[in-house]
Amino acid sequence: MARRPITEAEIESLAIGAWILGTGGGGSPYYGLLNMRKLYRAGAVVDLLDAGDLADDDLVAVVSNMGAPLVGQERLTDPQTIARAVTMMEEYLNRTFRAVMSVEIGGGNAIQPFMAAALLDKPVVDADAMGRAFPEAQMTSFAIHDLRPWPLTLADVRDNGVVVPRAATWKWMERLSRTACVAVGSIAGTCKAPRTGKEVKECAILGTTTKAIRLGDVVQAARRAHRDPVEAVLDAEHGRLLFAGKVQDVARRTTEGFLRGHAKLEGLDDFKGRRFELAFQNEFAVGWLDGEPRVMTPDLICVMDAISGEAVGTEVLRYGQRVKVIALPAPPILLTPKGLQHVGPRAFGYDLDFVSVFAA
Amino acid sequence: MRRIGIDVGGTNTDAVLLEGDRVVHAVKTPTTPDVTTGITRALDLLLKTGPVEPPLTSIRPPAVQAGLGPPAPIHAVMIGTTHFTNAVVQRKDLVPVAAIRIGLPASASLEPFIDWPDDLAAIVRGEIFMLEGGHEYDGRPIVPFDAAGMRRAARRIRELGLRSAAIASVFSPLNASCEDEAAAILREECPDVAITLSHHLGRIGLLERENVALLNATLGALAGRTVGAFTKALERSGVAAPLYLTQNDGTIMLASLAQRFPVYSFASGPTNSMRGAAFLSRLTDAIVVDVGGTTTDIGCLRHGFPREANNVVEVGGVRTLFRMPDLLSLGLGGGSLVRPEPLAVGPLSVGYQLTERARVFGGADLTATDVAVAAGLVELGDRKRVADVPADLVKSALARIHAMIEEGVDRMKTDASAVPLVAVGGGCFLVPAAIDGVSEVVHVPHRAVANAVGAAIAQVSGEVDQIFQNRSREDAIAEARRLAEAKAVSAGADPATLTVVEVEDIPIAYLPGNSLRTRVRVIGDIAGGGIA
Repeated sequence: MARRPITEAEIESLAIGAWILGTGGGGSPYYGLLNMRKLYRAGAVVDLLDAGDLADDDLVAVVSNMGAPLVGQERLTDPQTIARAVTMMEEYLNRTFRAVMSVEIGGGNAIQPFMAAALLDKPVVDADAMGRAFPEAQMTSFAIHDLRPWPLTLADVRDNGVVVPRAATWKWMERLSRTACVAVGSIAGTCKAPRTGKEVKECAILGTTTKAIRLGDVVQAARRAHRDPVEAVLDAEHGRLLFAGKVQDVARRTTEGFLRGHAKLEGLDDFKGRRFELAFQNEFAVGWLDGEPRVMTPDLICVMDAISGEAVGTEVLRYGQRVKVIALPAPPILLTPKGLQHVGPRAFGYDLDFVSVFAA
Repeated sequence: MRRIGIDVGGTNTDAVLLEGDRVVHAVKTPTTPDVTTGITRALDLLLKTGPVEPPLTSIRPPAVQAGLGPPAPIHAVMIGTTHFTNAVVQRKDLVPVAAIRIGLPASASLEPFIDWPDDLAAIVRGEIFMLEGGHEYDGRPIVPFDAAGMRRAARRIRELGLRSAAIASVFSPLNASCEDEAAAILREECPDVAITLSHHLGRIGLLERENVALLNATLGALAGRTVGAFTKALERSGVAAPLYLTQNDGTIMLASLAQRFPVYSFASGPTNSMRGAAFLSRLTDAIVVDVGGTTTDIGCLRHGFPREANNVVEVGGVRTLFRMPDLLSLGLGGGSLVRPEPLAVGPLSVGYQLTERARVFGGADLTATDVAVAAGLVELGDRKRVADVPADLVKSALARIHAMIEEGVDRMKTDASAVPLVAVGGGCFLVPAAIDGVSEVVHVPHRAVANAVGAAIAQVSGEVDQIFQNRSREDAIAEARRLAEAKAVSAGADPATLTVVEVEDIPIAYLPGNSLRTRVRVIGDIAGGGIA
């Protein structure tokens, strides 16, 4: 089906699946979900569009709510903010977008295009540019393909607006937009560099909205059948269980527009006597088992509630939680040598050669 | 040390007297609509009649022995009650609340009550006020606080005659000034309105913190009446000991303070029954099945404590960030109605009317208790009155009951090895004698009053929540822990039993000198009377 309406039940599944693909970051999709329930009850219906259905010269808005997940827990999210960023871009370009898509399918940003789409009456493209969540602008498939990083529009709740008309590189775009984001309280709606239909078809990661919905369905089906939802996710996505344990310590700070920190886990059950450490910058970046690197970005590192299978974000991880750490495979584009320059462990400051847990 | 533990349930009021770690006496009486009469009766029975042998044959050696000591003073009375959680679940005794959110223009699209069940919101939502203000994570105001708008809101609250208000401001756990300022204005305009401030109750997470503040505010009147009834019952019975309410985490809070924070006592019922089961069975790792009149709660003990639910906990359909025992509730109890064609057991129950409506007590309804009596599992009422129940029906109904419990136990088990199961509660005769994956089904003396025993052995806590400057994170946490432990010990905890249950720290970017808000909570047994 090239274009089809998305049901409210599918949005519920999307929220669950996206939270898992968020690898700890991206912010909880819960607030976006609440907004969507409200919009749907007021009569909104959003269509999902296959990328293949875009004309080469269509223009697509690439949106994301930028900032530190902890801030989102207090400031929540408002559909008007992301819609304003899109409208600001249309006014700046003096062109109309055919559709909206998310920069990242992981976390709350899976829902942001749906909020913008509901207000602006446009379809959402079944694709993103990460296949997961990452903290920075240069960590996208568009950047890996060396597409143009500018322009960008940014909006906050107070009716502040910023346009970044030029940026020398993706990293400069990250630096400039991050500065504006911090100034408005480390949370802002952004419309990234617009993409043509051709660029989306060739350089985006396709089908990820459908994938997140499917993942949410798997978790819900397992819960209904009283099966282990974590096990069900591992089966459905060919993942690996890395650790089961209890959170012993979490240190985090909101700085430079990110939530940074580390967590220590103590093993339970099959992992009794062992320990696991996680480092995060919004998302989980590296995990160590008994002091040895066990898993690293761009492999997806997901921490899940041991019982309910609900994903646990870096902002809600807390002392005493019983969790399972799993790895899911990353999209192939991220594993290329160019991809690893953008999103491998060294891109996060860890002097490690990337080894996938799926390599063996 | 002599302590009385009381469990005020929807059906029964149970009371136990503990000397040190021995259960000296236990009684069970019906809960009365005014609460006071039931508790007074329970206290009179407990203190004025002699101790009796455990009512049911014990399978394990009794951990407790009766013995009439000379009358000695009671040192403390601990009451656990499901009143507050029942009020929310059953949507009764709740008062409408003025919900005041400070944070506009942020958070505007998700107003207070946004994720509440419609029927509950319809009762609790008095009026919503959303005002400009709140803070950024770095301490800057989002926009200036709208004090004039707050004064208008306060006057409107007075006009509407609302008696209770909840105030939640964006990032109030970091900077509470907007909530404090709003409360001061409200007090000036409406001195009689009860005010709940979200930063007293919760952590980061605006919606969840606000939800808890709203629940607390809607329960304020009931909490005042209930604690008043408890106090009156103690006075009538001539018990002069301090009165405590048990809380969700198995610790106690002075009733005068607990009355202001009823939400802290939400899950105290299940916590008490699980801790009571641990105490009576001397087991530290087990499954606990608590069969009451209407529901069965299944939980897991790990290292002597209830296994906690992770992440978000819902109360009556409202999302909170409470720490609560991980429980599975089944609509099955001693009063559950049994229907033959097609076979059904529960979830409808005769509840507190068991002794009037059940067949064995001369009533017309066939209940799970009647089935158990007919099957010879328990002696209650008049067995002849169930003689006409077809043997097939007894067999199939019992099989259904056992299957429900077995499935519930299986769902709550998290590892494959066989663990013991402790059966407690008034309807524990419904628990099958053997269950797959269970090494032994343990019945203990006083099992029918495990809740009250759990209340009597509730622990004391010490909490520190303060800002440390110019210290490493490790130093700050260690210091907070030391202070929390000292507080717990001065509140009566045995130092050898202290356990850290919560550690949380938030760097506060807007204060100088590497400031860290650190919160540590420790709990421990009461010295000279804890669990062996």
